[in-house]
Amino acid sequence: MRRLTGSVLVAAVALSLVGCGEHEQVVVYKQGQYQGKPDTKPWDNESFAGDRAQWEATIKARNQSQNEYRRING
Amino acid sequence: MARMKFICDAERCIECNGCVTACKNEHEVPWGVNRRRVVTINDGVPGERSMSVACMHCSDAPCMAVCPVDCFYRTDEGVVLHDKDLCIGCGYCFYACPFGAPQFPQAGAFGLRGKMDKCTFCAGGPEKNASEDEFRKYGRNRLAEGKLPLCAEVCSTKALLGGDADVLADIYRQRVTTRGKGADIWGWSTAYGKPDAPAQQPEAGGKS
Repeated sequence: MRRLTGSVLVAAVALSLVGCGEHEQVVVYKQGQYQGKPDTKPWDNESFAGDRAQWEATIKARNQSQNEYRRING
Repeated sequence: MARMKFICDAERCIECNGCVTACKNEHEVPWGVNRRRVVTINDGVPGERSMSVACMHCSDAPCMAVCPVDCFYRTDEGVVLHDKDLCIGCGYCFYACPFGAPQFPQAGAFGLRGKMDKCTFCAGGPEKNASEDEFRKYGRNRLAEGKLPLCAEVCSTKALLGGDADVLADIYRQRVTTRGKGADIWGWSTAYGKPDAPAQQPEAGGKS
């Protein structure tokens, strides 16, 4: 009888704790930390095929085209 | 790694609104949303100055600090972007931003606000690069194409510059020294030395 009562008690405790194991269904907001989707790098595409150095060189060259002193004199 | 910034040369801006038009067209920005706009100070008064203003992609961005759902992030290139899937359109970022960059499309009747929209430095958003979803939510991703923001590239007087901050500082420094003035502007002494002892003297008979 005692064993049965013990088993019922253990089962009852286990059953009552099942609800606590439920995972969060919504985004958990943490202060000061980005919560959205991760972004891909600008060089992770077909044009640059992950070549960061090539992307940086392209941007640098493009940047210099904004300098009209260099464009005209060079 | 590049640190992307905009700079607008008030001595050159002619208030043509080419940057505004280019931005709206490139990203198919809806009516009522202006990611970039031209502000004129002392309009109509001799000596008026115009500035092209958009998100300045602040190093210490107030919008990021106040966002209650933390939908902002900064890329390795220093571009401040946000995830529209998380944004709740509360408008806190609008009040926090000193440049009035965050824009809210009217999503319905009774002044209902949609999700925040702002300049992305033509870097899209967290969706896959050059995907349809990215274009629909954030506009075109020119950085992933190896290009710079269209507003800066289209600027006819090159008043608006966009790109790596170090390169922009070099271009602007050359302008000021060639122009022979500008060392008295705010922040110049901090960045380039004291006005009475400038780092580089203007060239004699320099071009304007």
